[in-house]
Amino acid sequence: MPKQVILAAHFPGVNNTTVWSDPAAGSQIDFASFEHLARTAERGKFDFFFLAEGLALREQRGRIHDLDVVGRPDTLTVLSALAAVTTHLGLAGTLNATFHEPYELARQLATLDHLSGGRAAWNVVTSSGPFFGANFRRGGFLPYEKRYERAGEFIRTAKELWDTGGGEFAHRGDQFDIEGRFGIPRSPQGYPVILQAGDSDGGRELAAANADAVFSRHHQLEDAQEFYRDIKGRLPRYGRTPESLKIIPGVSFVLGDTDADAAEKAHHIRRQQVSPQTAILLLEQVWNRDLSAYDAEGPLPDVDPLDGETTIIQGRAGQFADRLDTAAEWRARAEQKNLSIRELIIEVTGRQNFIGTPERVASSLNEYVQTDACDGFILVPHLTPGGLDEFVDTVVPLLQERGVLRTDYETTTLRGHLGLA
Amino acid sequence: MTFSLGVLLDARSFDADEWVRLATLADEARLDYVTIEDTFGSDPARPEASLVAARLAPVTRHVGLVPVLTTTHTEPFHLSTALATVDWVSRGRGGWQVRVSGRPEEAKLLGRRSSLPAEELFAEAADVVEVVRRLWDSWQDDAIIADVATGRFIDRDRLHYIDFEGKYFSVRGPSIVPRPPQGQLPVFALAHTAEVHEFATRVADVVIVTPAPGALELPGVADVVFSPGAAIESDAHVHTGSVGELADLLAGWHTLGATGARVRAGDHLEAVTGELVPLLRERGLFEPRGGTLRERLGLPTATNRYVQEARVA
Repeated sequence: MPKQVILAAHFPGVNNTTVWSDPAAGSQIDFASFEHLARTAERGKFDFFFLAEGLALREQRGRIHDLDVVGRPDTLTVLSALAAVTTHLGLAGTLNATFHEPYELARQLATLDHLSGGRAAWNVVTSSGPFFGANFRRGGFLPYEKRYERAGEFIRTAKELWDTGGGEFAHRGDQFDIEGRFGIPRSPQGYPVILQAGDSDGGRELAAANADAVFSRHHQLEDAQEFYRDIKGRLPRYGRTPESLKIIPGVSFVLGDTDADAAEKAHHIRRQQVSPQTAILLLEQVWNRDLSAYDAEGPLPDVDPLDGETTIIQGRAGQFADRLDTAAEWRARAEQKNLSIRELIIEVTGRQNFIGTPERVASSLNEYVQTDACDGFILVPHLTPGGLDEFVDTVVPLLQERGVLRTDYETTTLRGHLGLA
Repeated sequence: MTFSLGVLLDARSFDADEWVRLATLADEARLDYVTIEDTFGSDPARPEASLVAARLAPVTRHVGLVPVLTTTHTEPFHLSTALATVDWVSRGRGGWQVRVSGRPEEAKLLGRRSSLPAEELFAEAADVVEVVRRLWDSWQDDAIIADVATGRFIDRDRLHYIDFEGKYFSVRGPSIVPRPPQGQLPVFALAHTAEVHEFATRVADVVIVTPAPGALELPGVADVVFSPGAAIESDAHVHTGSVGELADLLAGWHTLGATGARVRAGDHLEAVTGELVPLLRERGLFEPRGGTLRERLGLPTATNRYVQEARVA
């Protein structure tokens, strides 16, 4: 039997991947949108639904970022509501180890696992610094280098609480010094499924030690295979088998009747994702200075980027390592191909991974899994809430025909769907 | 005059079906709300109440969902976003029963500080309620503009930093959640003792009081335990008689100025939904109402403090 393809549905996020200007774009906050996407994923026999977390609104140039979709619900609360309108679909949420506490989060996750009949999953992320901290009474308390230490101890502590089955616990550590009675009886999965998204060495080690799945950013075939080997190679040190940790990159897709049709749609979507205003803003993230006077349809700025600490953006992970190098590279590229700012940004920030007919997309997805580039995918649609409809109608049956996707659920818990102990 | 009728749910069950059964009884009887009991320390063992409320929202149509959430240890930002989300998933039926956590053993579950003396607990809780309310208002209802011409999804001038700085903590805002459907969820608080009464009347929309027999010392919603035939200890009024006598009792409180009743029905929920509700409807004391929980409770439309400020400016 070939490897099975794990599929998850990412609710469109608060960034420019999500297109709001399309006539088909619906509300990002009405529960009906969450229900639609979750029911669609369940119709496609997906493994789980995935929702990110917000801790603060993004800012650019010291003001609230206003060009992208923004405004989202509390993660666990929406997942619990979705448990009422789905029966098998896993319910995964990002929850930050820096701004939650083990007792509260372990109790909430165990509650969700109970109320959903064993479908809860937790994507562990970390952050540091004062920007998010300004919304919390704790403030920005955690030094950058301590964030994986806290995340690791957080996960271990949560597992200690779940292991009590509701009884007494005492945890004495550097990050947490807590004790008492947990109160929540053992939930159907015992532990919710644990996902991890960090990509640094510390993040990879954390995943190898603690996670059931990695939400990876590696989606070029060779790069993904390298990442896959690296992560799975770390497992024996923790006494784990390769099958005990699933690698699931977040990917986008565009479908068409022909490959040319799909490519044309993909270009249209890219133009929607990169409005003239968004192009200037993304350029500012590299140039690290105000470029609002420049025309997005014109050439790149003649001024150089400002070096040093980034001041332009807050509330989102940095995308560009070295500004001067990146700027030089972009200028050369724009000059060579005669690209405007917007055209360049469309090219260099492209995140479309699988473009083509349903047959081509199904075939590529399956190739990735069978050649150990990954174990499945977290699909990131560009439209709320209907962005997965066509995929489920056309690609899912092709994966099922190939025998790499279930035609019906055979298990009731998310651990069961993923084949995890 | 509006006389609201709610029940306290305390299933202590981890089985969603049991919660759905109870909430459906309340929903079909057209009760105004259920409060969902909880304490910070999960002693006795209970599922976390905001997640129970969210789980019940899609399977009920009318009933208000009012989880107990404590202010002492939980981040105010998380309280605000969780409750706003209960309101979004229930389409305007969310509420919040505020509680503090004063037990030293509960402080140790978090391990960040020791427990506070009572007067500090309520002063801090008042600050938490203020922050939660400001965050609910931090998005104006018309903040999302989706204006293709300017490329803007939101009008950032319609989002507001709350810049709260108090004795215990500070929170900057704005919220990550757009303003909930009700604008402000109704805030419930118990006022069973003089100490908490001052707090409850200051911060809450719905004050739940314990009436003495034949008297109502304070205006508010009367809290009554319905325990036919068996006297029990409670901070609420304990009624051990029949359903008919309970209806008489509520009617009497109504004439004394009670704005409603919350019945702690325990295992007798079906007597409340199946017998008490029809009796009260016959007497014209209670009638099913539609709309948001605020509307059902007779609360005015919640104006946004930041819109008013903008007008004044």
